[in-house]
Amino acid sequence: MSVSLWSAMTLVLRRDLALSLRRPDQLAQPLVFFLIVTTLFPLSLSPESSLLRQMAPGVLWVAALLAALLSMDGLFRGDAEDGTLEQLVLSGQALGAIVIAKTLAHWLVSGVALVLISPLVATALAIPVAAFPVMMLSLGLGTLTLSWLGAIGAGLTVGLRRGSVLLSLIVLPLAMPLLIFGANATDRAIGGESAAGALYFLGSLCLLTTTLAPLAAAAALRITLE
Amino acid sequence: MISLARLAVDDIHVWRGDRHVLKGVSLRLGPGELLHIAGPNGAGKSTLLRVICGLLRPEQGAVSWAGIAIADNPAAYHAALAYASHEPALKADLTALENLRFAVGLKRRVADAQLQAALFEAGVAACAELPARVLSAGQRRRVALARVLAVQAALWLLDEPYTNLDASGAELLSRLLERHVDGGGSALIVAHQTLVLDRPVRRLELGT
Repeated sequence: MSVSLWSAMTLVLRRDLALSLRRPDQLAQPLVFFLIVTTLFPLSLSPESSLLRQMAPGVLWVAALLAALLSMDGLFRGDAEDGTLEQLVLSGQALGAIVIAKTLAHWLVSGVALVLISPLVATALAIPVAAFPVMMLSLGLGTLTLSWLGAIGAGLTVGLRRGSVLLSLIVLPLAMPLLIFGANATDRAIGGESAAGALYFLGSLCLLTTTLAPLAAAAALRITLE
Repeated sequence: MISLARLAVDDIHVWRGDRHVLKGVSLRLGPGELLHIAGPNGAGKSTLLRVICGLLRPEQGAVSWAGIAIADNPAAYHAALAYASHEPALKADLTALENLRFAVGLKRRVADAQLQAALFEAGVAACAELPARVLSAGQRRRVALARVLAVQAALWLLDEPYTNLDASGAELLSRLLERHVDGGGSALIVAHQTLVLDRPVRRLELGT
Protein backbone atom coordinates (compact mmCIF):
# COMPACT_ATOMS: atom_id res chain seq x y z
CA MET A 1 0.00 0.00 0.00
CA SER A 2 2.90 2.32 0.62
CA VAL A 3 4.00 4.70 -2.09
CA SER A 4 7.41 4.21 -3.68
CA LEU A 5 9.85 7.09 -3.76
CA TRP A 6 9.65 7.19 -7.53
CA SER A 7 5.87 7.52 -7.69
CA ALA A 8 5.98 10.13 -4.92
CA MET A 9 8.45 12.18 -6.95
CA THR A 10 6.34 11.81 -10.08
CA LEU A 11 3.29 12.94 -8.14
CA VAL A 12 5.03 16.08 -6.82
CA LEU A 13 6.43 16.84 -10.28
CA ARG A 14 2.97 16.51 -11.83
CA ARG A 15 1.42 18.62 -9.10
CA ASP A 16 3.90 21.47 -9.58
CA LEU A 17 3.64 21.35 -13.38
CA ALA A 18 -0.17 21.45 -13.14
CA LEU A 19 0.04 24.42 -10.78
CA SER A 20 2.45 26.31 -13.07
CA LEU A 21 0.31 25.69 -16.14
CA ARG A 22 -2.72 27.12 -14.33
CA ARG A 23 -0.86 30.39 -13.76
CA PRO A 24 0.48 31.09 -17.28
CA ASP A 25 1.03 34.76 -16.38
CA GLN A 26 3.60 33.82 -13.75
CA LEU A 27 5.17 31.41 -16.21
CA ALA A 28 5.53 34.10 -18.87
CA GLN A 29 6.88 36.92 -16.69
CA PRO A 30 10.53 35.77 -16.45
CA LEU A 31 10.56 34.96 -20.17
CA VAL A 32 9.22 38.37 -21.13
CA PHE A 33 11.77 39.91 -18.76
CA PHE A 34 14.53 37.95 -20.53
CA LEU A 35 13.31 39.17 -23.94
CA ILE A 36 13.02 42.80 -22.86
CA VAL A 37 16.38 43.01 -21.08
CA THR A 38 18.24 41.55 -24.04
CA THR A 39 16.42 43.95 -26.38
CA LEU A 40 17.54 46.94 -24.31
CA PHE A 41 21.19 46.45 -25.25
CA PRO A 42 20.95 46.86 -29.03
CA LEU A 43 18.66 49.85 -28.41
CA SER A 44 20.92 51.57 -25.91
CA LEU A 45 24.37 50.77 -27.32
CA SER A 46 24.48 50.25 -31.04
CA PRO A 47 22.64 48.06 -33.51
CA GLU A 48 25.92 47.29 -35.28
CA SER A 49 26.18 43.51 -35.52
CA SER A 50 29.95 43.21 -34.95
CA LEU A 51 29.70 45.06 -31.64
CA LEU A 52 26.53 43.18 -30.64
CA ARG A 53 28.13 39.84 -31.41
CA GLN A 54 31.04 40.74 -29.14
CA MET A 55 28.77 41.56 -26.22
CA ALA A 56 26.15 38.93 -26.91
CA PRO A 57 27.43 36.12 -24.64
CA GLY A 58 27.65 38.41 -21.61
CA VAL A 59 24.29 40.06 -22.26
CA LEU A 60 22.60 36.71 -22.84
CA TRP A 61 23.97 35.14 -19.68
CA VAL A 62 23.42 38.07 -17.34
CA ALA A 63 19.84 38.37 -18.60
CA ALA A 64 19.28 34.62 -18.21
CA LEU A 65 20.64 34.73 -14.66
CA LEU A 66 18.38 37.62 -13.64
CA ALA A 67 15.35 36.05 -15.31
CA ALA A 68 15.97 32.79 -13.49
CA LEU A 69 16.26 34.66 -10.18
CA LEU A 70 12.83 36.22 -10.71
CA SER A 71 11.04 32.90 -10.55
CA MET A 72 13.17 31.28 -7.86
CA ASP A 73 11.55 32.95 -4.89
CA GLY A 74 8.30 31.16 -5.66
CA LEU A 75 9.84 27.68 -5.51
CA PHE A 76 8.75 26.96 -1.93
CA ARG A 77 6.98 30.19 -0.94
CA GLY A 78 3.53 29.21 -2.22
CA ASP A 79 3.67 25.87 -0.45
CA ALA A 80 4.93 27.46 2.76
CA GLU A 81 2.17 30.07 2.78
CA ASP A 82 -0.77 27.73 2.28
CA GLY A 83 0.54 25.04 4.63
CA THR A 84 1.12 22.37 1.97
CA LEU A 85 4.87 22.42 2.65
CA GLU A 86 4.22 20.99 6.12
CA GLN A 87 2.12 18.27 4.55
CA LEU A 88 4.96 17.45 2.14
CA VAL A 89 7.42 17.23 5.03
CA LEU A 90 5.01 14.97 6.95
CA SER A 91 4.20 12.80 3.93
CA GLY A 92 6.58 10.08 5.06
CA GLN A 93 8.63 10.54 1.87
CA ALA A 94 12.24 11.71 1.85
CA LEU A 95 12.27 15.50 1.79
CA GLY A 96 15.34 15.47 -0.46
CA ALA A 97 13.41 13.56 -3.10
CA ILE A 98 10.51 16.00 -2.88
CA VAL A 99 12.97 18.88 -3.31
CA ILE A 100 14.39 17.16 -6.43
CA ALA A 101 10.90 16.80 -7.93
CA LYS A 102 9.94 20.39 -7.13
CA THR A 103 13.20 21.81 -8.48
CA LEU A 104 12.96 19.79 -11.69
CA ALA A 105 9.39 21.01 -12.20
CA HIS A 106 10.61 24.55 -11.64
CA TRP A 107 13.44 24.09 -14.14
CA LEU A 108 11.10 22.59 -16.77
CA VAL A 109 8.85 25.64 -16.74
CA SER A 110 11.56 28.29 -16.27
CA GLY A 111 14.95 27.03 -17.51
CA VAL A 112 13.81 24.89 -20.42
CA ALA A 113 11.41 27.59 -21.56
CA LEU A 114 14.27 30.10 -21.45
CA VAL A 115 16.50 27.77 -23.52
CA LEU A 116 13.72 27.37 -26.06
CA ILE A 117 13.27 31.10 -26.63
CA SER A 118 17.01 31.82 -26.56
CA PRO A 119 17.43 31.46 -30.38
CA LEU A 120 15.03 34.38 -30.75
CA VAL A 121 17.17 36.53 -28.47
CA ALA A 122 20.36 35.25 -30.08
CA THR A 123 19.14 36.32 -33.51
CA ALA A 124 18.47 39.82 -32.18
CA LEU A 125 22.02 39.90 -30.79
CA ALA A 126 23.52 38.78 -34.13
CA ILE A 127 24.77 35.42 -32.82
CA PRO A 128 25.39 33.13 -35.83
CA VAL A 129 23.09 30.11 -36.18
CA ALA A 130 26.10 27.78 -36.03
CA ALA A 131 26.63 28.78 -32.40
CA PHE A 132 23.04 27.99 -31.34
CA PRO A 133 23.58 24.34 -30.27
CA VAL A 134 26.45 25.21 -27.91
CA MET A 135 24.61 28.27 -26.62
CA MET A 136 21.44 26.28 -25.91
CA LEU A 137 23.33 23.40 -24.31
CA SER A 138 25.29 25.76 -22.06
CA LEU A 139 22.10 27.63 -21.10
CA GLY A 140 20.38 24.32 -20.36
CA LEU A 141 23.18 23.17 -18.04
CA GLY A 142 23.46 26.66 -16.55
CA THR A 143 19.76 27.11 -15.80
CA LEU A 144 19.55 23.64 -14.20
CA THR A 145 22.52 24.46 -11.98
CA LEU A 146 20.87 27.78 -11.14
CA SER A 147 17.66 26.02 -10.18
CA TRP A 148 19.59 23.83 -7.74
CA LEU A 149 21.39 26.84 -6.25
CA GLY A 150 18.05 28.63 -6.14
CA ALA A 151 16.51 25.72 -4.25
CA ILE A 152 19.07 26.14 -1.47
CA GLY A 153 18.53 29.90 -1.37
CA ALA A 154 14.74 29.58 -1.53
CA GLY A 155 14.82 26.98 1.25
CA LEU A 156 16.81 29.35 3.45
CA THR A 157 14.72 32.44 2.76
CA VAL A 158 11.20 31.00 2.50
CA GLY A 159 10.44 31.85 6.11
CA LEU A 160 11.34 35.51 5.66
CA ARG A 161 8.73 38.06 4.75
CA ARG A 162 10.79 39.75 2.07
CA GLY A 163 13.18 36.99 1.20
CA SER A 164 13.60 37.60 -2.53
CA VAL A 165 16.37 40.22 -2.24
CA LEU A 166 18.30 38.09 0.23
CA LEU A 167 17.77 35.14 -2.11
CA SER A 168 19.48 37.09 -4.91
CA LEU A 169 22.34 38.01 -2.61
CA ILE A 170 22.83 34.36 -1.69
CA VAL A 171 22.52 32.92 -5.19
CA LEU A 172 24.31 35.51 -7.36
CA PRO A 173 27.82 35.03 -5.89
CA LEU A 174 27.43 31.27 -6.17
CA ALA A 175 26.36 31.67 -9.78
CA MET A 176 29.49 33.54 -10.87
CA PRO A 177 31.34 30.45 -12.12
CA LEU A 178 28.31 29.68 -14.26
CA LEU A 179 28.39 33.13 -15.77
CA ILE A 180 32.11 32.85 -16.54
CA PHE A 181 32.03 29.42 -18.17
CA GLY A 182 28.62 29.88 -19.78
CA ALA A 183 29.55 33.15 -21.43
CA ASN A 184 32.93 31.68 -22.39
CA ALA A 185 31.32 28.64 -24.07
CA THR A 186 28.95 30.88 -26.03
CA ASP A 187 31.78 33.23 -26.96
CA ARG A 188 33.95 30.43 -28.29
CA ALA A 189 31.06 28.98 -30.27
CA ILE A 190 30.46 32.39 -31.88
CA GLY A 191 34.15 32.53 -32.82
CA GLY A 192 33.92 29.04 -34.34
CA GLU A 193 36.25 27.51 -31.74
CA SER A 194 35.70 24.40 -29.65
CA ALA A 195 33.72 25.13 -26.49
CA ALA A 196 34.27 21.67 -25.01
CA GLY A 197 36.36 22.84 -22.05
CA ALA A 198 33.82 25.35 -20.80
CA LEU A 199 30.96 22.92 -21.42
CA TYR A 200 32.70 20.22 -19.37
CA PHE A 201 33.07 22.69 -16.55
CA LEU A 202 29.38 23.61 -16.74
CA GLY A 203 28.51 19.92 -16.80
CA SER A 204 30.57 19.19 -13.72
CA LEU A 205 29.06 22.17 -11.85
CA CYS A 206 25.63 20.88 -12.81
CA LEU A 207 26.49 17.39 -11.53
CA LEU A 208 27.92 18.75 -8.31
CA THR A 209 24.84 20.84 -7.52
CA THR A 210 22.48 18.03 -8.60
CA THR A 211 23.99 15.72 -6.00
CA LEU A 212 24.47 18.17 -3.13
CA ALA A 213 21.77 20.82 -3.50
CA PRO A 214 18.74 18.58 -2.73
CA LEU A 215 20.28 17.61 0.61
CA ALA A 216 21.23 21.18 1.43
CA ALA A 217 17.83 22.55 0.40
CA ALA A 218 15.99 19.86 2.42
CA ALA A 219 18.07 20.73 5.49
CA ALA A 220 17.37 24.43 4.92
CA LEU A 221 13.63 23.77 4.67
CA ARG A 222 13.62 21.76 7.90
CA ILE A 223 15.31 24.63 9.72
CA THR A 224 12.89 27.14 8.23
CA LEU A 225 9.84 25.15 9.29
CA GLU A 226 10.91 25.03 12.94
CA MET B 1 -0.34 1.33 30.54
CA ILE B 2 3.03 2.16 29.07
CA SER B 3 3.11 -0.98 26.95
CA LEU B 4 -0.28 -0.03 25.50
CA ALA B 5 0.71 3.53 24.70
CA ARG B 6 1.53 4.04 21.05
CA LEU B 7 2.45 7.67 21.38
CA ALA B 8 4.66 8.63 24.28
CA VAL B 9 5.61 12.26 24.88
CA ASP B 10 8.09 12.80 27.68
CA ASP B 11 9.01 16.00 29.43
CA ILE B 12 8.92 18.37 26.45
CA HIS B 13 10.52 21.78 26.92
CA VAL B 14 10.38 24.40 24.18
CA TRP B 15 11.70 27.94 24.30
CA ARG B 16 10.64 30.60 21.82
CA GLY B 17 13.37 33.20 22.21
CA ASP B 18 13.24 34.06 25.92
CA ARG B 19 9.79 32.59 26.42
CA HIS B 20 9.57 29.14 27.99
CA VAL B 21 6.50 27.97 26.04
CA LEU B 22 6.28 24.32 27.00
CA LYS B 23 7.45 23.45 30.48
CA GLY B 24 7.82 19.72 30.78
CA VAL B 25 4.75 18.38 28.99
CA SER B 26 4.27 14.61 29.10
CA LEU B 27 1.43 12.52 27.76
CA ARG B 28 0.53 8.98 26.71
CA LEU B 29 -1.89 7.99 24.01
CA GLY B 30 -2.89 4.42 23.27
CA PRO B 31 -5.03 2.78 20.59
CA GLY B 32 -8.65 3.84 20.80
CA GLU B 33 -7.81 6.90 22.88
CA LEU B 34 -8.57 10.53 22.34
CA LEU B 35 -6.91 13.41 24.11
CA HIS B 36 -8.18 16.96 24.09
CA ILE B 37 -5.41 19.53 24.47
CA ALA B 38 -6.89 22.73 25.85
CA GLY B 39 -5.57 25.99 27.20
CA PRO B 40 -5.70 29.75 26.68
CA ASN B 41 -4.29 31.45 23.59
CA GLY B 42 -0.51 31.37 23.58
CA ALA B 43 -0.34 28.42 25.97
CA GLY B 44 1.63 26.45 23.38
CA LYS B 45 -1.10 24.07 22.16
CA SER B 46 -0.13 24.31 18.49
CA THR B 47 3.56 24.29 19.39
CA LEU B 48 3.04 21.03 21.27
CA LEU B 49 1.26 19.56 18.27
CA ARG B 50 4.12 20.62 15.97
CA VAL B 51 6.59 18.99 18.35
CA ILE B 52 4.54 15.79 18.35
CA CYS B 53 4.42 15.86 14.53
CA GLY B 54 8.16 16.15 14.35
CA LEU B 55 8.05 19.56 12.64
CA LEU B 56 9.62 21.25 15.63
CA ARG B 57 12.47 19.78 17.60
CA PRO B 58 12.11 20.41 21.34
CA GLU B 59 15.04 21.75 23.34
CA GLN B 60 14.51 18.93 25.79
CA GLY B 61 12.35 15.81 25.88
CA ALA B 62 11.42 13.07 23.46
CA VAL B 63 8.50 11.83 21.42
CA SER B 64 8.24 8.18 20.53
CA TRP B 65 5.82 6.15 18.46
CA ALA B 66 5.40 2.41 19.01
CA GLY B 67 8.45 2.46 21.25
CA ILE B 68 10.77 4.12 18.72
CA ALA B 69 11.90 7.73 19.02
CA ILE B 70 10.34 9.59 16.09
CA ALA B 71 13.68 11.11 15.13
CA ASP B 72 15.05 7.58 14.56
CA ASN B 73 12.43 6.57 12.02
CA PRO B 74 10.54 9.65 10.87
CA ALA B 75 9.32 8.05 7.63
CA ALA B 76 7.41 5.24 9.38
CA TYR B 77 5.98 7.67 11.94
CA HIS B 78 4.89 10.21 9.34
CA ALA B 79 3.27 7.48 7.28
CA ALA B 80 1.16 6.59 10.32
CA LEU B 81 -0.10 10.09 11.11
CA ALA B 82 -2.51 12.56 9.61
CA TYR B 83 -1.91 16.16 10.62
CA ALA B 84 -4.28 19.02 9.98
CA SER B 85 -2.85 22.39 10.93
CA HIS B 86 -5.01 25.45 11.52
CA GLU B 87 -4.58 26.13 7.79
CA PRO B 88 -6.50 23.78 5.49
CA ALA B 89 -3.30 23.22 3.42
CA LEU B 90 -5.01 23.29 0.03
CA LYS B 91 -3.61 24.63 -3.24
CA ALA B 92 -6.01 27.36 -4.36
CA ASP B 93 -5.51 26.57 -8.07
CA LEU B 94 -6.24 22.85 -7.77
CA THR B 95 -9.69 21.34 -7.37
CA ALA B 96 -10.64 19.69 -4.10
CA LEU B 97 -10.24 16.26 -5.67
CA GLU B 98 -6.82 17.10 -7.16
CA ASN B 99 -5.69 18.45 -3.80
CA LEU B 100 -6.59 15.15 -2.18
CA ARG B 101 -5.06 13.14 -5.02
CA PHE B 102 -1.67 14.76 -4.48
CA ALA B 103 -1.74 15.06 -0.69
CA VAL B 104 -3.10 11.56 0.01
CA GLY B 105 -1.25 9.99 -2.91
CA LEU B 106 2.08 10.69 -1.21
CA LYS B 107 1.01 8.64 1.81
CA ARG B 108 -0.71 5.67 0.23
CA ARG B 109 -1.93 4.35 -3.10
CA VAL B 110 -5.42 5.63 -3.48
CA ALA B 111 -8.12 5.48 -6.16
CA ASP B 112 -10.22 8.50 -7.07
CA ALA B 113 -13.33 6.62 -5.92
CA GLN B 114 -11.95 6.46 -2.37
CA LEU B 115 -11.16 10.17 -2.44
CA GLN B 116 -14.67 10.93 -3.71
CA ALA B 117 -16.04 8.80 -0.88
CA ALA B 118 -14.00 10.76 1.66
CA LEU B 119 -15.25 14.05 0.21
CA PHE B 120 -18.80 12.68 0.38
CA GLU B 121 -18.36 11.71 4.02
CA ALA B 122 -17.07 15.16 4.84
CA GLY B 123 -20.13 16.63 3.14
CA VAL B 124 -18.30 18.31 0.27
CA ALA B 125 -18.87 15.83 -2.57
CA ALA B 126 -20.33 18.65 -4.66
CA CYS B 127 -17.07 20.61 -4.40
CA ALA B 128 -14.86 17.84 -5.84
CA GLU B 129 -14.36 19.54 -9.20
CA LEU B 130 -14.22 23.12 -7.90
CA PRO B 131 -10.89 24.88 -7.42
CA ALA B 132 -10.15 25.39 -3.73
CA ARG B 133 -10.02 29.17 -4.24
CA VAL B 134 -13.80 29.39 -4.71
CA LEU B 135 -14.63 27.30 -1.63
CA SER B 136 -15.74 28.93 1.60
CA ALA B 137 -13.56 28.65 4.70
CA GLY B 138 -15.89 26.01 6.13
CA GLN B 139 -15.84 23.98 2.92
CA ARG B 140 -12.05 24.13 2.84
CA ARG B 141 -11.98 22.86 6.41
CA ARG B 142 -14.21 19.96 5.36
CA VAL B 143 -11.91 19.14 2.41
CA ALA B 144 -9.00 19.08 4.87
CA LEU B 145 -11.07 16.73 7.01
CA ALA B 146 -11.65 14.54 3.94
CA ARG B 147 -7.88 14.40 3.50
CA VAL B 148 -7.43 13.18 7.07
CA LEU B 149 -10.11 10.54 6.46
CA ALA B 150 -8.64 9.38 3.16
CA VAL B 151 -5.13 8.98 4.56
CA GLN B 152 -6.49 6.26 6.91
CA ALA B 153 -3.81 6.99 9.47
CA ALA B 154 -3.65 5.48 12.94
CA LEU B 155 -2.91 8.82 14.60
CA TRP B 156 -4.86 12.00 13.96
CA LEU B 157 -3.30 15.28 15.05
CA LEU B 158 -5.85 18.03 14.53
CA ASP B 159 -5.23 21.69 15.31
CA GLU B 160 -8.47 23.58 15.98
CA PRO B 161 -10.49 21.35 13.64
CA TYR B 162 -13.81 22.96 14.67
CA THR B 163 -12.82 26.40 13.34
CA ASN B 164 -15.14 27.65 10.58
CA LEU B 165 -17.37 24.59 10.76
CA ASP B 166 -21.14 25.11 11.02
CA ALA B 167 -23.26 23.19 13.55
CA SER B 168 -23.72 20.21 11.25
CA GLY B 169 -20.01 20.22 10.41
CA ALA B 170 -19.05 20.20 14.09
CA GLU B 171 -21.51 17.38 14.71
CA LEU B 172 -20.04 15.45 11.76
CA LEU B 173 -16.49 15.95 13.02
CA SER B 174 -17.44 14.65 16.48
CA ARG B 175 -19.04 11.55 14.94
CA LEU B 176 -15.96 10.91 12.76
CA LEU B 177 -13.70 11.27 15.79
CA GLU B 178 -15.80 8.73 17.72
CA ARG B 179 -15.67 6.32 14.80
CA HIS B 180 -11.90 6.73 14.39
CA VAL B 181 -11.31 6.03 18.08
CA ASP B 182 -13.78 3.12 18.14
CA GLY B 183 -11.85 1.59 15.25
CA GLY B 184 -8.68 1.56 17.35
CA GLY B 185 -7.31 4.89 16.13
CA SER B 186 -5.74 7.55 18.33
CA ALA B 187 -6.43 11.25 18.17
CA LEU B 188 -4.97 14.41 19.66
CA ILE B 189 -7.28 17.38 19.31
CA VAL B 190 -6.24 20.94 19.99
CA ALA B 191 -9.36 23.01 20.60
CA HIS B 192 -10.30 25.83 22.91
CA GLN B 193 -13.94 24.81 23.24
CA THR B 194 -15.27 21.72 25.00
CA LEU B 195 -15.54 18.63 22.82
CA VAL B 196 -19.07 17.26 22.72
CA LEU B 197 -18.66 13.52 22.28
CA ASP B 198 -20.76 10.57 23.43
CA ARG B 199 -18.12 9.67 26.01
CA PRO B 200 -15.93 11.35 28.61
CA VAL B 201 -12.93 13.00 27.00
CA ARG B 202 -9.49 13.08 28.57
CA ARG B 203 -8.20 16.64 28.75
CA LEU B 204 -4.74 18.06 29.01
CA GLU B 205 -4.76 21.66 30.17
CA LEU B 206 -1.73 23.67 29.08
CA GLY B 207 -0.51 26.96 30.48
CA THR B 208 -1.84 26.39 33.98
